Amino acid sequence: MRYNERELLSLSRQPAEKAAEVLMRAPKKGSALKKRLVKLVVNFLFYFRTDEAEPIGALLLERCKISKEEENVFSISFLEEPERKYYFECDTEEQCQEWIEVLRKASYEFMRSSLIFYRNEIQKMTGKDPLEQYGISEEARFQLGARKL
Amino acid sequence: MKLNERSVVHYATCDSPADHTGFLCKRMERHHHNHHVPSYQRRWFILKGNLLFYFEERETQTPLGLIVLEGCTVELCEAAEEFAFAIRFDSSGGKSYVLVADCQVAMEAWVKALSRASFDYMRLVVKELEKQLEDAQRSLAASHKSPKKLSSGRKRHLSNPMMISIQEHPVILENGYSTWDSSCTHAEMASSDLSEGFLKPPPLPPRRKLIGSAVGGAFLAGSASATQESPVSPETTCFSKLHNWYGQEIAEVRREWMERKKTVEIGTH
Repeated sequence: MRYNERELLSLSRQPAEKAAEVLMRAPKKGSALKKRLVKLVVNFLFYFRTDEAEPIGALLLERCKISKEEENVFSISFLEEPERKYYFECDTEEQCQEWIEVLRKASYEFMRSSLIFYRNEIQKMTGKDPLEQYGISEEARFQLGARKL
Repeated sequence: MKLNERSVVHYATCDSPADHTGFLCKRMERHHHNHHVPSYQRRWFILKGNLLFYFEERETQTPLGLIVLEGCTVELCEAAEEFAFAIRFDSSGGKSYVLVADCQVAMEAWVKALSRASFDYMRLVVKELEKQLEDAQRSLAASHKSPKKLSSGRKRHLSNPMMISIQEHPVILENGYSTWDSSCTHAEMASSDLSEGFLKPPPLPPRRKLIGSAVGGAFLAGSASATQESPVSPETTCFSKLHNWYGQEIAEVRREWMERKKTVEIGTH
């Protein structure tokens, strides 16, 4: 799959929602914990070697699971391959909890669900759809899609 | 730069909602000195959030490519073809992707959908709705404050609601807990695709206390105190909790009124 890498690299240079140096281990066999700068920009987590300006890689944080592991450690895995985990070891337990909280809210799908939740609550309280005033209430983006069970 | 490509490919065709789909012709990016006439390839496009995927065919499971729609603008462009538009990126040399729709309606629908695809756009809408929910809660609280003004009399009556509230603390907690359960269920239904551990939507900022000119200081202090002590406050984002809280408040007002009535009767004797 091709993608617009230059634009993604440009995105990695944007101000981060959150950034830190952590120890990171990729899901490859025999992979060791390595020091990385990780940087959250919109729904992408970029990771860099600590002294380089260009990221080694990026994770699109959609349909992913953020799990607490042992002390100071959390992991990211994706729903279609839950056993392949990216591990991150933070300096402190507090920092670890901060990352977990932020990453769980980082996806576009989380944002969509929050929007739908607020929209429904406002409609219950006021009887009016808050998106109608902007002329965007019919957009697919603001509905819950049909889901396979 | 490595991307978690398998997950991205899976995301492209999984059951999360697509924001727009359809056939478009994509201009080929071949660079030849003598190649004056651009050529186009017809592709199936799927827009999901801030990601635009394109496929060889509609039924193909693996996308040929992905365009991450951050830092771009969508504009109509002067091309030989009718119904053409461009996705233009400001950075990295102003690269653009030229796409051609089948008809005017399709072109307009795509331009509209792509213009609103960025993560920041969604974030802005969410913040606006958060603010509106807060305003709605505030105006609901204001309408419930009106009856209370009628009963704001002697000071000792104000102390009663607080005592009653404390005595009924276990009941309120139980109700609050029960409401919380239903709230979690609702939130989980709305967020079935979100990662494990999702508990609630982002909390609202604390509500600023309104100062009513007609309200006495004692009443205001009492009201503030009662609000602080209540385990289920109107600052919650869950309407059912809010509804329950105001039910409690109405019960307190009624009790207060009965107490005053009794006092009047004693005075008569």
